[in-house]
Amino acid sequence: MSGQPGEHADPAVAFESAKLGVWTFLATEVLLFGALFTAYTVFRLKYPEMFRAEHAKLDRVLGAVNTVVLITSSLMVVLGVDAIKRGKARLFEACFGATILLAAVFLCIKYMEYTAKFHHGIYPRTNLFFSIYFMLTGLHGIHVLLGMGVLSYVILLSRRGRLSASYSTPAEMSGLYWHFVDLVWIYLFPLLYLIG
Amino acid sequence: MDNVLAFGAASGQAGRVDALFVMITVIGGFFFFLTQGMLIYFAVKYRRRLPDRDNETPTITGNPLLEFLWILIPSLVVVVIFYYGWRVYTDQRIPAAGETEVRVTGRQWMYEVTYPDGRTAINEVRVPAGKPVKFILSATDVLHGFYLPDFRVKMDMIPGRVTTLRVQPDRPGRYQIFCTVYCGTGHSNMLAQLIVMPPHEYAEWVEHGGREGGEGGKREPLAVRGERILKSAGCLNCHAVDGKEKIGPNFRGLYGSKVSLEGGKSVTADEEYLRESIMDPGAKIVRGYPNVMPTFKASIPREDVDAVVEYLKTLK
Amino acid sequence: MEGVERIAAERNGRGYLSERGWRSWAFTLDHKRIGAMYLWTTTVFFLIGGVFALLLRLELLSPQARYFSNHTYNVFFTLHGAMMIFLFIIPAIPSGLGNFFIPLHIGARDVAFPRLNLASYWVFAAGFLVIIGSLVAPMDTGWTFYTPYSAKSAAAVTTLSLGIFLIGMSSILTGLNFIVTIHKLRAPGMTWHRLPLFIWGMYATSIIQVVATPVVGVTFLLLAAERVLGVGFFDPSKGGDPVLFQHFFWFYSHPVVYVMILPAMGIVSEVIPVFSRKPIFGYSAIAYSSLAIAFIGFLVWGHHMFTSGMSPLANAIFSFLTFFVAVPTAVKVFNWIATLYKGSITFESPMLYALTFIFLFIVGGLTGPFLAALATNVQLHDTYFVVAHFHYTMMGGTVMGFFAGLHYWFPKMTGRMLNEKVARLAWALIFIGFNVTFFTMFIVGVRGMPRRYAEYLPKYHTENVISTIGSAVLAVGILVMCWNFLQGLRKGAPAPANPWRALSLEWQAASPPETENFHEIPHVTAWPYGYGTPKA
Repeated sequence: MSGQPGEHADPAVAFESAKLGVWTFLATEVLLFGALFTAYTVFRLKYPEMFRAEHAKLDRVLGAVNTVVLITSSLMVVLGVDAIKRGKARLFEACFGATILLAAVFLCIKYMEYTAKFHHGIYPRTNLFFSIYFMLTGLHGIHVLLGMGVLSYVILLSRRGRLSASYSTPAEMSGLYWHFVDLVWIYLFPLLYLIG
Repeated sequence: MDNVLAFGAASGQAGRVDALFVMITVIGGFFFFLTQGMLIYFAVKYRRRLPDRDNETPTITGNPLLEFLWILIPSLVVVVIFYYGWRVYTDQRIPAAGETEVRVTGRQWMYEVTYPDGRTAINEVRVPAGKPVKFILSATDVLHGFYLPDFRVKMDMIPGRVTTLRVQPDRPGRYQIFCTVYCGTGHSNMLAQLIVMPPHEYAEWVEHGGREGGEGGKREPLAVRGERILKSAGCLNCHAVDGKEKIGPNFRGLYGSKVSLEGGKSVTADEEYLRESIMDPGAKIVRGYPNVMPTFKASIPREDVDAVVEYLKTLK
Repeated sequence: MEGVERIAAERNGRGYLSERGWRSWAFTLDHKRIGAMYLWTTTVFFLIGGVFALLLRLELLSPQARYFSNHTYNVFFTLHGAMMIFLFIIPAIPSGLGNFFIPLHIGARDVAFPRLNLASYWVFAAGFLVIIGSLVAPMDTGWTFYTPYSAKSAAAVTTLSLGIFLIGMSSILTGLNFIVTIHKLRAPGMTWHRLPLFIWGMYATSIIQVVATPVVGVTFLLLAAERVLGVGFFDPSKGGDPVLFQHFFWFYSHPVVYVMILPAMGIVSEVIPVFSRKPIFGYSAIAYSSLAIAFIGFLVWGHHMFTSGMSPLANAIFSFLTFFVAVPTAVKVFNWIATLYKGSITFESPMLYALTFIFLFIVGGLTGPFLAALATNVQLHDTYFVVAHFHYTMMGGTVMGFFAGLHYWFPKMTGRMLNEKVARLAWALIFIGFNVTFFTMFIVGVRGMPRRYAEYLPKYHTENVISTIGSAVLAVGILVMCWNFLQGLRKGAPAPANPWRALSLEWQAASPPETENFHEIPHVTAWPYGYGTPKA
């Protein structure tokens, strides 16, 4: 007979299921962002001059800082998952906490960038480059925010003593999601900020 | 006129589409009778007669040869249908010499017709019988459709773009035009007529300013108007019509030619290319020329852009 | 309820249905209850969507506007399409019957993520509530929402876009759950080649849901952004391209028709062998053809757009690939018919509907080549020929398959039997009504009548009157069928565990099953199609 409703009797099966589930979910996310990247490609090919001119208006320094911030946050996730797999719950909580902090920094910088653009009269409707810019970074930003929520929840689980060396699934799965969010940015940054 | 499957009724091209339709019907009919026949035959023949011996059926789980055959044969059949569908379609798109060109623009909920000589009409197109016709289609507000059921063809009308449709009407008569892309409340009332006239009647209509259908009085031919606008909008500051090359590409012989672009691609200079070059010059840069042409999107209205394009087409 | 009490209650024959109270439903983690909730919800939307269809047919009795204004008619066909597609036909078999039977078929106690499953239902509910909310300013864009019209429309398109986004999320969560369930929770001995074909069909369906749905989510997001933020991806005056919307939209909406048909085909693959007492012919071919259909289905979206100004080369490629979807589909049809050969066939209602599926789907399928071939497509696109084609495949196909599944599994889900005589009467009315309604549409489409026309030329009058009469018969048939289901629920004879003497695992559970499905997880040693041997 099964144990708690919603849990599986065999932890190995549960872990394997969780892993397949998260990877499948990430596949859907690839398609979600993929559709927007397709729109980017279509319009870049159609208006190469406009893209070249407009992309220079983005702040490369802030973009680069954000890239470093996100990569560091992924590093924190790796350290955190490693910590909890060695049973070190407090260290894990600190690492994931740092990740959330860095994510907040990322969002603050994006906020600064957005408001600077609005201040200069540049909005999503201004031209197709900025339509794509705001939609892509906006959707990405929403994913960062949701990720912060998920990571907070996992820290909460740890504070309640639910995570251990033998049960670190929530940490690993949320970590996978976070790496994906980071990866999307690593594509976004050069495509939007750097390529002329 | 309802000439379903009436071979060659409105045009030879329609007859070829009908032949394809019949071919697919025959092939489909064959498979229909084969499969439905077997379905019904087996259902009847193998209905249960002995309820207590219903498990004495043969344990047949498959037959690789049959599987192979019924993968192979349908595959071959569909390739044949594809081929003919593609051939007839491609033949519909071949430009012909001596085409009568008519511009039709859809807007909610009517068709605006403009002839090369500047004459306009609403919801009515007149062409001579026996000569190929090229419709140059666009829309002002939302998507519309241009469907000639008697000719078995249609093409969408897209705002911001030009699409083309070719027919060769062989028989005089009045033919229905339907809008086939949903465009709002008046969609089902957006109807028009294609009036195919015997050549002498058509010539008479052209000469007498088209009192039936079309605004009365002679209008400035599109190409003449286009030349006027070209000169007044400053195009000749950078483009030559003859003689010395200026900053931008020469216009003579441009229409219909193959243009090499920056980046290696090349494109045929059709109506769409000319229109785009005026509205969005940065989209395609001609190889060897600087990207300095300004856009005329705000300064030249759409009808005038059409006129300029018509003028450029005369520069052979 | 405490475990012991629950077992006692369930042993009095009500199984998973024993526990009462709205909370036991709203917060359930039982896949069977979640499936049942989806079934009820989607059936309600089927009936509402059907009412809109009847209103359309009523108006089409007269060539000119008579009962409704043209605008109202246009709203009705939009709502008919959008509700039928998003709120009925996509979720009904997968999230309804799939949720109920996938764990039972593979010998599991539940799906991989029961909480996610419950969440998928509530996200679906949120979606349909938002969609209903959008009715304050109802759409008339058609269920395809083509830009620029949908971007400019004064209707509540943005709200509806959000609703469809939520429905899409629900679909993704369901598909994800099923993929993991089928991979990881099969009972010992249940190898891939011992899976019921319904599972193969659901697996292929889930892959499509997971891969295609995000794209339509983004499509509606971009449409909403165009309306709210003024972005111009689809707006020619801003340099955008209205046809780009069509590419995004159909990249999802073509594969989604295979989400609609594959589960129904899976049901047919289950029913035919049981009522022929013969093994399914060509198990592997049918199983792999589901995957083939899913794969090819992603490559053909452009065949909805042959007249949209795409290049002739693109048109040719899409036309060529479209024809190849027919091949794995034909494979299934031939295999089902071969299963009947030398069988011992009876015609209970599940079998009637399964055979009807094959018959009507063949008609729908054979009218596909007319639309796949470029030249005839240019003639028939956006005419009633297309409307007939997709109703034969989606209603003659999927809906008949759905009805087959409902009749087949009714005893298992409810513990009661249906009245066979009434079921057959309903079937006859539905079969006759369906064909009269929709066959005339092929004719009137070839004669040139465009679709989405509130008013039409008088020469199309006769066929339209005949079609409407057919729709009335069809409606009566469906009502009789629904009445039969309701009567069955209340007063049906108690059902044995295995009334059809079928071999798949769900019939080893009680009728209705206990919450945990099986007393003990079965150990599987054979495939579920061993009919025709004395043991079966």
